[in-house]
Amino acid sequence: MTSMNTAERLAAIRGGAKPKRHNARTIAALTRNPGCARRAVLDCAGIDKQRLAAYVDFPARFGQSQFAIARGNAFEAQVKADGAAELLTLLRERLGLSIPEVAYDDLASVTGREQESPEVRYARTRTLLIRAATGAGDAGTLFDHPLLRINVAGQPVYLEPDLIAFQAGGRFHVVEIKSFAIVDGQADAGKVSSAAIQSAVYVLAMRELLAEAGFDPEIVSHDVVLVCPRDFSNRPTAVLVDVRKQLAVLRRQLGRMTRIDELLAALPPDLSFDLAPDAAGVPTRDPAAIVTALRAIDARYTPDCLAVCELAYFCRHEARGCTAALGPATREALGGIDRVETALALAHDVLPPAEEQAEAAALLQAAARLRAEALAGAPA
Amino acid sequence: MSTLVALARAEAVAAGFAQRTTTVRHLHVAARPLVFVPLSMAGEANAPLAALVGTDPAAPRLLVVPQPRNRDQRFRFAAELAEVLLPYLDSFRGVAEAVPVNRGKEIRHRYVDAPQVLVPNPAGIQFTRLLGRSTRFRRTDGDYPVHPSVPLLGRWLTFLADRAEHPGSCLLLAMTEALTLHWATGQSPLEDNHLAALLAWIDPPDGLTGAEAAARAEDPLTWPPAGPLTDPTFDNEVLAPLIAAYAEAGDDPGRQARAREALAEALRGQLAPTWRLMWRGLALLRDLPPGARVAQRWAEDRDAFTGFASYLDEGGHPQPRRDGAVVAAQRLHRLERALQSYAVQRAYDDPLVMADYRLTGEAFVGEVTLADPNRIDDSGRRRVLRPRIMLRTTDPVQVTPGTAVYSPDRPQQKARVVLVTPRPDGTGTDVVLELTGGLGRALTPAPGSVPEVGERVCYTTLSDGFMPPGEFPAREETPWTHGGPPTADEEAVEPTAEDALEEWE
Repeated sequence: MTSMNTAERLAAIRGGAKPKRHNARTIAALTRNPGCARRAVLDCAGIDKQRLAAYVDFPARFGQSQFAIARGNAFEAQVKADGAAELLTLLRERLGLSIPEVAYDDLASVTGREQESPEVRYARTRTLLIRAATGAGDAGTLFDHPLLRINVAGQPVYLEPDLIAFQAGGRFHVVEIKSFAIVDGQADAGKVSSAAIQSAVYVLAMRELLAEAGFDPEIVSHDVVLVCPRDFSNRPTAVLVDVRKQLAVLRRQLGRMTRIDELLAALPPDLSFDLAPDAAGVPTRDPAAIVTALRAIDARYTPDCLAVCELAYFCRHEARGCTAALGPATREALGGIDRVETALALAHDVLPPAEEQAEAAALLQAAARLRAEALAGAPA
Repeated sequence: MSTLVALARAEAVAAGFAQRTTTVRHLHVAARPLVFVPLSMAGEANAPLAALVGTDPAAPRLLVVPQPRNRDQRFRFAAELAEVLLPYLDSFRGVAEAVPVNRGKEIRHRYVDAPQVLVPNPAGIQFTRLLGRSTRFRRTDGDYPVHPSVPLLGRWLTFLADRAEHPGSCLLLAMTEALTLHWATGQSPLEDNHLAALLAWIDPPDGLTGAEAAARAEDPLTWPPAGPLTDPTFDNEVLAPLIAAYAEAGDDPGRQARAREALAEALRGQLAPTWRLMWRGLALLRDLPPGARVAQRWAEDRDAFTGFASYLDEGGHPQPRRDGAVVAAQRLHRLERALQSYAVQRAYDDPLVMADYRLTGEAFVGEVTLADPNRIDDSGRRRVLRPRIMLRTTDPVQVTPGTAVYSPDRPQQKARVVLVTPRPDGTGTDVVLELTGGLGRALTPAPGSVPEVGERVCYTTLSDGFMPPGEFPAREETPWTHGGPPTADEEAVEPTAEDALEEWE
């Protein structure tokens, strides 16, 4: 199957709707559960999972508060104001640079980026970044809103950007502006780690772009500049975050993702998530048909999905009775047995264990015996 | 997660109700706890939005910040919280008891009771920590003066949040953690962070299984999030228009009062369900019988409370922004010791917790089959009493001869494993133990000090014995490899005028 065929197949699965754009957050989320075929297919096809989940009556529950959005936007605007004056001061301090002059290039087109194809924007980003990498003079450049591309499961995916790339002396840094606070040098560990993995997606994409053009990919630094509000104020502070570990994770996870062609080959040929909207935009397809289509692709649900995947509530419902739904630690502690009722039957010795279950069954039986003894009030 | 807890989760799935993972309560539940349910504004570092706080389930005090980005209103919130919290803390400073120290050569005092603050979840503890951080350096003079209660509140909140990291401490507790310590639900630990769903599994309303009730509890309309973050839909559809209406009311006192009232009602609606859940959780915890060593740990909490109260009486400065190297190392060492001791104490107090260690071979229970209580060892210079017992166990025994083991029933006594012999007919293992200590002073053992034939006893490698404190250099002698002596941010010092000016908007 050629790549064109794959693209056509994905378009057919998506149906008539416009493909949903990726961003670093969705890519980063994808790497958190690389074994999930359902997610890989839906994401590669650019399907609006949020709409799909609502349509099958398992709506996603992560809305965003307008207060958080407003705060994030205000902070970003403040840092970028006056040709990113505040950002430059921070960069000079953090990177120890004495940059006399810095140009500011906004790569989003003036006419509005929604109308322009990603291919065109990507080409422009590419030209400008290559020019900057070639003519490494004294002057630095800030590139706002570059459009990047990354291969996910063998398909190119464009990243709706939310970052600044900074170039000085032929070296690039990714600058990520986030509105969570760094209080006394400490920030929420979960937020920092998701910022780091998102930045790593950008570093990887920029490295791929420059490597294709014949540059050393290492000219994109693995030190990402994270800009956040300091303490309880609106004043920005910047820290360098080393994302080498995240890059390694990302490369490994993206590499492990089964190539989408192989996944598609195993699926029913008429698989489609087309909601078939009528003239008024109201979906006409039976939700039960969508459920059947979803069931055709294997999912790998873990409770972590609830925070990152729009379809998680559907998959959780489907995974009821599976030990995986209780979290990976519980599943492991139950000897890796798939189903809850199997684990209990083994524990209470009402099911003869299969050969590979013998060890788990012995452990579960011992645990069940000890639990019963302690609950019966036997002396310890 | 231990296999026993995982098994309890599996049983909860099958039963549709949460299952106990302990036979006793491992926490102290105060007679008069204070419940604190804070809400903060999304997107901000630590912008209080509202709170319900108080010691009477029927009469919580509602605190509201109509304009959370306004600096003065934030400090007014802190001052109002102080009006509730500080008198509550003070009320435990009436009666003290004398405690002998240094082998009875000296005495010190500690209060006979201490405060206990409960928040819904770990994020509530983090909110408490940040509110403490943002208020403890404030000054009552100079620019932006605050009410004297504000910096005092900050020091107390910081103390409580620090103490919450101490394993086994009960001065500041997160309800979700207190409950999951005692029950396993049929959902994942991640979902257990949702207080309403967790309580639904443990104590569902009549006619519903825990699983059904938990599914309903996930609807944010009936069960708003337990905070500090609010439901985004509530933010967008209810809160934003009400805050805007308050802002538009301007200086018109009538309009402003009405807008404030509307806002207060909406926020009360978000907080009240969690407030009720907190007291239900408390009642469930109170119903459990306490473990034998809970009182001992609560005494340590009372010591910590007494110590910090006198530190403040002596004009103690606010806790530093960061710990210096030596203080940090000492703290870590203390926490590690507390963690180990807490784990051992829970196992000693609770056969169901000890079962975890039996499963992994770190403990075994058996019946005494032979006993030689009057055995004398005369191989050394002095004749000494060294009773021996043999017990038969069906537990997997992983200990080897020479290992020291202890029994929760006789914690002062040490036993040395002499022989481990699997029985030839496969009915278990015979273990011979030699006992030292806890036998009295004579060459015959005190009555009851040696297990008798037929008694079921538990022995474990876990020891709750004295752990010597680590040695650390003086703070001013911090080696350069660890950053040298503490900087200003790492020492408790009088806040400067600059500290008080710290932006908070």
